[in-house]
Amino acid sequence: MSDATVSTLGVAALWLLVTLPALAGIALCLTGRRANLVAVPVSLGTAGFTVAAAFVVASFRPSVEVPFLAGASFGLAVDGLSALIVPTVAVITLMVLVFAAAEGTESPARFHGLMLIFAAAVAVTATATTLPTLLFAWEIMGAMSYALIGFHWREDHRVGAGLTAFITTRLGDLGLYLAAGAALAGGAGMGLADLATAPSPWRHLIAAGILMAAFGKAAQLPFSFWLSRAMEGPSPVSALLHSAAMVAMGGYLLLRLAPLLEVTGWAATTAAWVGALTALLLGAVAVTQTDLKQLLAASTAAQLGFVVLAAGVGSLAGGTAHLIAHASTKALLFLAAGAWLVALGTKQLPALRGAARRWPLVGVTFAVGALSLAGIAPLALWATKDQLLAAAWETSTALYVVGLAAAALAAAYAGKALIIVWSHPLANAADKYDTEQRGTRHIAAWERVPLTVLAVGAALLGVLTLPPVGDWVRGVLGAESDPRPGMLELVGSTLLALLVLGLVAWKGAPRSSWAANWLGLEQTTRVMVVDPLLLLSKRLARFDDAVLDRGIHVAARAVALGARRLGRFDDHGLDAAVTAAARGSIVTGSAAARADTDGVDAAVEAIAGTARRFGVIARRPQTGQLHQYYAQITVVLVVAVILLLVLLLPVMR
Amino acid sequence: MLSLVVFLPVLTAVFLVVVPRVPDRAARWAWLGIALIDLALLVGMWIAFDSPKPGDLAYEEQLQWMPSVGSSYHLGVDGLSLPLLTLTAVIFAACAVYALRENDRPRPQAALFLFLQSACLGVFAAQDLILFFVFFDLSLVGMYFVIAGWGHGNAARSALKFFLYTFLGSLALLLGFIGLYLGADPHTFDMAELAQSPPFQNSPVAGGFVLAAILIGLAIKTPTFPFHTWLPPAHTDAPAIGSAVLAGVLLKMGTYGFVRIAMPLLPDAWRSWAWVIIVVGIVSVLYGALVALAQTDVKRMIAYTSVNHMGYIVLAVGAAGVVSDSSAQAQELAVTGAVVQMVSHGLITSALFLLAGVLYERRQSYDLNAFGGLAAPAPRYAAFFAVAAFASLGLPGFSGFIAEFQIFAGSIGTVPLSLLALPGILITAALFLLASQRLLTGKPRGLSTGFSDLNTNETLSIGSLLVLSVVIGVFPRFLLDIIEPAASVVVNLVSR
Repeated sequence: MSDATVSTLGVAALWLLVTLPALAGIALCLTGRRANLVAVPVSLGTAGFTVAAAFVVASFRPSVEVPFLAGASFGLAVDGLSALIVPTVAVITLMVLVFAAAEGTESPARFHGLMLIFAAAVAVTATATTLPTLLFAWEIMGAMSYALIGFHWREDHRVGAGLTAFITTRLGDLGLYLAAGAALAGGAGMGLADLATAPSPWRHLIAAGILMAAFGKAAQLPFSFWLSRAMEGPSPVSALLHSAAMVAMGGYLLLRLAPLLEVTGWAATTAAWVGALTALLLGAVAVTQTDLKQLLAASTAAQLGFVVLAAGVGSLAGGTAHLIAHASTKALLFLAAGAWLVALGTKQLPALRGAARRWPLVGVTFAVGALSLAGIAPLALWATKDQLLAAAWETSTALYVVGLAAAALAAAYAGKALIIVWSHPLANAADKYDTEQRGTRHIAAWERVPLTVLAVGAALLGVLTLPPVGDWVRGVLGAESDPRPGMLELVGSTLLALLVLGLVAWKGAPRSSWAANWLGLEQTTRVMVVDPLLLLSKRLARFDDAVLDRGIHVAARAVALGARRLGRFDDHGLDAAVTAAARGSIVTGSAAARADTDGVDAAVEAIAGTARRFGVIARRPQTGQLHQYYAQITVVLVVAVILLLVLLLPVMR
Repeated sequence: MLSLVVFLPVLTAVFLVVVPRVPDRAARWAWLGIALIDLALLVGMWIAFDSPKPGDLAYEEQLQWMPSVGSSYHLGVDGLSLPLLTLTAVIFAACAVYALRENDRPRPQAALFLFLQSACLGVFAAQDLILFFVFFDLSLVGMYFVIAGWGHGNAARSALKFFLYTFLGSLALLLGFIGLYLGADPHTFDMAELAQSPPFQNSPVAGGFVLAAILIGLAIKTPTFPFHTWLPPAHTDAPAIGSAVLAGVLLKMGTYGFVRIAMPLLPDAWRSWAWVIIVVGIVSVLYGALVALAQTDVKRMIAYTSVNHMGYIVLAVGAAGVVSDSSAQAQELAVTGAVVQMVSHGLITSALFLLAGVLYERRQSYDLNAFGGLAAPAPRYAAFFAVAAFASLGLPGFSGFIAEFQIFAGSIGTVPLSLLALPGILITAALFLLASQRLLTGKPRGLSTGFSDLNTNETLSIGSLLVLSVVIGVFPRFLLDIIEPAASVVVNLVSR
């Protein structure tokens, strides 16, 4: 193929990658119920096609650009990093959609439509080259997350959970608006690749904004709590959005912008420590969970913490490999949890005792995922985590120790779940089923296919860090000099993980109420932020009615009162004076009449009559009707305007 | 051509009033027909539009009117006015579609709305201050009768409050216009001439007073904090299409005045007072959002979000007045964003008010807590409301994002403290999602049971507004290509 053909093919594939799922998704959502029958074929066909397009763009590396806003085009491009991420996300999307189709759902058109729109948004996020393009897709991901968490909208708590997720992540998104403004002020432009060249102090504002957005999306501290609420969504949604794709994009953004974090100095360190502490603390949260999906959610935040740590210490290869390996592993675990939830009607760990034995294939794939998560050699997360920890070691021993402790916790929570589901079921196991929904006691054959594919990924993706594939990945990412883990670390971490697994098997997992409650993050936010804000909002609304609006009425009434006073003055002052004057004239007139002719008298009478008529006219405006007083004020104002003009005219000249 | 666009509706209105016994049905269809013809004419003008050179106008018309006071019948179009003229035609056409099933005195209603449409188009086409003022006041008169005649609840009182308050604003505006006239040499009311040699360039005190008069007039109309209290009652008691026109078109006259009159005609004073304008913008953004969050009446809520959304515009035009060496690009982005926000808010908020009107027509209530679970009996209504809510909270893919992103990037790029307004988009998101949740989701309860879904007219009118918002949100270039050159002219004028 000629170069031109290759480039045209690549560009076409890139456009298809983002527009095809978007259009198919919108069409399904708009058609609604009438599309329910075709939803699954359309969805799977689109997702399959997207996988093909993803591999095409990964090998051809096209870039496209269309005018969008002044000074910032709508740009998409595939570089080394996105060449690895885009196919990963596409394949996992397809797997999750196959699973969802096999499992079945209410309103399939709406479900698959929203998922496809989400897939398009992820593709744009992963290939965006400018800030507006990124933010465009970034917030659409958030909106789809909202719509999918609250998918079963008849249940209020699910919609509420979607709201919490959307608002919390949007709080982070504000950082991207800030970054855009700072990028503009700095003069570096809105291209993602140019952000690192922005001058100080703008560079620091940009980095702060990017960190905020990424922490929000990746459920890092202190935003992590929204991910817990997000578990109200259907399991395929948790598998795709809340582990493999959307949450992962938070970590991805930091990997992409690692050079920017690096040049500011503080931002890289902040990212490294926030990531490490999230890995540690959310790891502790995961250990104490008794709900399988909550355990997996906390573990997702913790594992993304490793990716964020990698971005902070500049381990592009380690962070990317961990992101990919985690996506496959965690999607697998969420889908398995979802399969049990639908079959047994529960996701409570005590109730899932022995669930793995009932459907051995699901159980085995779950075991592969859990052991990968635990960091047991030679499974995927074992090698990827060690690679990024090697970079942490070179940056700071303290970071490495925290990271290692977080890895031990990963072994603990993964072990906890694994041991429970593979234990022998109790005789009365069925009593604990159907607590959350009515179970079907059935896992469809087609649900097992994606589980198997993802399990292969969870088992083998560690090769992304090991020679020879690892060297190729480093070449693709341009990260040849990334630190590599030594044999001691690789063996040592497995031994540590095995030791922890043994401890958990022997002693059981530790309990702690503060960790079980997700560190109290949501309550703290409620008390510190949400409640004061709602109170302020109510107070301001009262102020608006009682002060601002009332003030206008008071002012209007004061004007009306003034008019009435003027009227009274008119009656008792002017009119009385006129009357008195008239009476005086009459007296004078009659006195004069006695001495003078009748002609003068008649003239005086006429004047008095006129004055009386004016008195009557002057009384007319005092109707007591508020609106007429308003009109009078208006007239007075017009007169005032004219008066002012007359006064101003000479000054102006 | 431009005069035809402006006066075609009012001529039809006269016809409807004068000719006796026009059947109701014919009146409704005549209204829709004329609204569509006017829209088609404007679309034609849009297609043929070629951005005029700085200081020039397209489709210009000028006739002698009152030469003794330097006022002429002067109409013209540029990149600031064309989008708003088209927006006006779109919203009135949508209202005509919505009102096709109206049974309450359809003939006078059609005549009144056609009259109001001419007044609104005249405001955006006028290039002479007196002409602007005349159309501006005529639009107040029209809207007064819309609220008083077809409103509900405390309509007479709300209409009067609306009229007197905004009339007070227009008087302040008139005072400012006369100030401009007196400051200009030679004396003139012509906007183009005034922009060419702006008055008061060397007299900051007089310029400041004139700007203050104009700003108060425009701030009441926009409205910004603290002049907004006429808006909620006017909306609450107005009929659905009245609210749509009030929010979609009439509010824009205030913000349009900023970019058309205040900035280019008083550049010195504008730059001196830019900080005040920025502060008013930020306060309006936060205050409007917070007060809206506390509302339980859906129309009052949307009214307060208008204060929030107009606050973004005020913030942007204020920031554009802060001139520094390297900020021209950011200033232009802010002004472009402000104009896009006018169009965007017009489309989305009109759609929201029409949706609120559907609630009232079916159940005579705007109380969010009286409904719930509407998605079950009225799925299309729920989908439309949710889409409009997301559009209004500035989700990408809708016009609001194009506007707000540019406003924030441009304002923060010029005045970093503008970031104080950022929480506004977060609070707006929260309040719209909370309102959607109360109204649409959960089990059907209260007034929702048996609620009939949107009919064809409602679907067409509201749907077309939302579709336009999506088109701008995804393919903004057709709009930005028109606005950007004009925004650049405004920034140059204000920076001199």
